[in-house]
Amino acid sequence: MCSVMYGSPRVLLQVLWAQLLCGWVLGSELTFELPDNAKQCFYEDIIIGTKCTLEFQVVTGGHYDVDCRLEDPDGTTLYKEMKKQYDSFTFTAAKNGTYKFCFSNEFSTFTHKTVYFDFQVGDDPPLFPNENRVTALTQMESACVSIHEALKSVIDYQTHFRLREAQGRSRAEDLNTRVAFWSIGEAIILLVVSISQVVLLRSFFSDKKTTTTRVGS
Amino acid sequence: MMLSAPAVIFTLTLIYPSYGLYFHIGETEKKCFIEEIPDETMVIGKYRTQLWDKQTSSFLRSTPGLGMHVEIKDPDTKIILSRQYGSDGRFTFTSHTPGEHQICLHSNSTKMALFAGGKLRVHLDIQVGEHTNNYPEIAAKDKLTELQLRVRQLLDQVEQIQKEQNYQRYREERFRMTSESTNQRVLWWSIAQTLILIITGIWQMKHLKSFFEAKKLV
Repeated sequence: MCSVMYGSPRVLLQVLWAQLLCGWVLGSELTFELPDNAKQCFYEDIIIGTKCTLEFQVVTGGHYDVDCRLEDPDGTTLYKEMKKQYDSFTFTAAKNGTYKFCFSNEFSTFTHKTVYFDFQVGDDPPLFPNENRVTALTQMESACVSIHEALKSVIDYQTHFRLREAQGRSRAEDLNTRVAFWSIGEAIILLVVSISQVVLLRSFFSDKKTTTTRVGS
Repeated sequence: MMLSAPAVIFTLTLIYPSYGLYFHIGETEKKCFIEEIPDETMVIGKYRTQLWDKQTSSFLRSTPGLGMHVEIKDPDTKIILSRQYGSDGRFTFTSHTPGEHQICLHSNSTKMALFAGGKLRVHLDIQVGEHTNNYPEIAAKDKLTELQLRVRQLLDQVEQIQKEQNYQRYREERFRMTSESTNQRVLWWSIAQTLILIITGIWQMKHLKSFFEAKKLV
């Protein structure tokens, strides 16, 4: 797919157009489950000078914390945080190559965590692939651009709000099932303990009686 | 060859794959991703796989015969898509129920020998809602000017925000019902347990009293 390379600039531009139509997007937003004692790494190839943002949030699990680590192509740690619930990190790529970021749940013994992350690389692809744009944006167009940016931040806030709400909701549902099971369990324990107390007491006195009667006869 | 920015970026996309993010997956490992979306939202997922080649110690460009099984479950854990795709695939679905959809990928290797290296690189790109729209294509199809296209994009974004707000209202209702249910359960079970405690206490005393009277110890 899109693997042909020609020297002619015109053909190059046509293939670039085709490439854009293929859906070339830089920016990924994923939610995945991280089992206990597990580590999950993601990689991305970034060009020098690109401004990138990594944002993550733990949705469900335990104390809602995860270890996160971001490394550049040479292995230098750009960002490292332990047991963090939510964070956002912006950096500009200083080198060309594969950047790696990992989420680790190795400190946890039995809680699975659900982690959401959003890794934005560079700007959005242009709406119109017009390389030969000479004139500046008109007022209407720049108003549209600012509305677009504002709406993007609204969507971003909505996402974070949704994740927080998911956290609360999941806890509430857990609480609901636990209350049900434990109440039933406790009622059963109560009944069993009180009946066995009486039975045990009765058995103390019953034994004594049989021994006394035997001695008598 | 001209050295303008698009050309440079284009050349680099030939060296680096088109879909930015990638991760490694084991042979029979199943990787699942969760997408919490409102209803009537379109989701397009694209993936590309590369297999580790022991001989060249690098990842092969493309591997024929290697397939990935994609399984998508809706919030009621009903399977809405379960298909086998090739080493490069594109799957799309539209949600009919709001909630958490699960997208699972696992490799279905046709030849076990392919996995001599054991490492499979998967490039993944999942786009949701208005991000699925291909604006240059829409502009060409409906013959829109730049301003019209920008306004169209804003309309799509606002529609997505509206859908999300609706979904939020539905979620809040569910949360409220769960809290109400917990409240009811705590109330009734506390009363029930107190009653059981009192009744068993009374029963114990009565029973023991009659038992000791029978034994002529009281």
